[in-house]
Formats: sequence, structure tokens, C-alpha cells
Amino acid sequence: MASTFETVAGIIAETCDLERDTITPESHAINDLGIDSLDFLDVAFAIDKSFGIKMPLEQWTQDVNEGRATSDDYFVMKNLCAAIDKLVAAKTA
Amino acid sequence: MQLEYFQMVDRITLLDPDARIARADCLVPDASPIFEGHFPGYPLLPGVLMIETMAQIGGWLVLATLRFAAMPFLIHVKEAKMRSVVLPGQKLEAEARLIHDGSGFAVVEASITSGGKKVADTEIRYRVVPFPNETLRGQMLETARRIAVPEAFFHAQQP
Repeated sequence: MASTFETVAGIIAETCDLERDTITPESHAINDLGIDSLDFLDVAFAIDKSFGIKMPLEQWTQDVNEGRATSDDYFVMKNLCAAIDKLVAAKTA
Repeated sequence: MQLEYFQMVDRITLLDPDARIARADCLVPDASPIFEGHFPGYPLLPGVLMIETMAQIGGWLVLATLRFAAMPFLIHVKEAKMRSVVLPGQKLEAEARLIHDGSGFAVVEASITSGGKKVADTEIRYRVVPFPNETLRGQMLETARRIAVPEAFFHAQQP
């Protein structure tokens, strides 16, 4: 079974027409990979479907805007994947 | 339908947020300034207005699902197909099914049929954001009443 990172990287590569090899666990989805907000919603839809979750994008955006978190906390690939794993675990708990 | 005012939905005939489906009747007018340009001597409902019709029935479904707490704005039309021409005076039925209620976005599959035959279909995505002002929210509620959206969907559900 593919890891969360492999699955998410594959989704981003396909959705955003990026070379898969350019996506690493340290990549920032917006700052490094250049994914704009419209494409990120496509990515979010594909992730939600693939993992059977609802990523709380509105809450994350509010956290960043209000200084409770940085965009790195949610949009660096390894952190994004950790957040997805937590949502999947919460769903199956 | 009043094409020049972007009033595409005449009457909601089914709205069931739990079942994630909405349907509406839409009657193409016999005359409209739109037909003077599209096309002279051969009036047809423009394909972009078929897409707008599907976006609106999906939008009403999203609005009802959210009890009018936020507004869906069209951001993505995926693989729209206009399968046959639509003429002045033609009766249409628009249908939308909510396939994903995301955080800050929504996705519907929508179609238009006429006389039991599908004339257009697409997948539509919306960004869902707080109403930018009370004027827009008030206008949406007024339109909702005009097209027979049940009042039960206007406000948050009581616990």
C-alpha cells in the first residue's frame, strides 16, 4: 500500500501537471511547488476522496491568518501528510 | 428564464439536501435580446447559459445544504458537454447532485434534460465563502422565495 506521501505527491503531480520527482517531503505546496489556490482545491478534493476525509482548509487558513500557525505547519508536504494521517486515524477511531 | 438578468431557474421542484439532490424547471423564453445576437435568424440558447443554468441549480443545492450561511461562487467547469441545441420556448429540467461538501469548496454533477433527453451535463466546483455583504444575502433569499426554495432551508437547523 502506498504511503500517504506517495499518494499525495502522486495527486499533486497529476492535478498540477508537475514532475513527480520535484515533490519532496520538504516541499512547500504553495511556495516551492507553486500550486495556486484554485489548483489546491482540486488537490484537496482528490485527497478528501482518496482518504475519505474532509481536510479542514477553512480552519487551517484561519489559523494562519490569525497567527496561531504558519503556512509551513500545514502546507509543507511532510506536515500536510501528518495532518492527513491524523484525520484518517480520527475517522477510524 | 430571464436570460438577460441571469435568472435561469424558474421553479425548484425538488430540493433534498439530505439526499444531496435538487431539480428545477426552466422555460426558455420565446424572445430575448440574447437571441438577437445568438444567432441572427437562428436563435439558440447559448452553451454558456446552459452551463450557467447547471451552475445555478447546483448553487441552490449548496446554499440549501449550508442553510444560506455561505455563498458558492463558480470556480471550475469540468468537461461540459452540450449534447443538443436548445431553442426558444423549450422546457428544460435542471438537476444537480452534490458529490462533495469540502471545507470551503463544493462539487456537484449537474445536467439539463428536455423531454426526457439529456441536452447538457458537467461537473461544477464552487468556492464557498461567507457572504461578502448583507445585500447579496438578502437578494439571494428574495430570489429563493421567488423560485420556491422551501423556507425551512433559509436558516440553521434547530438543535
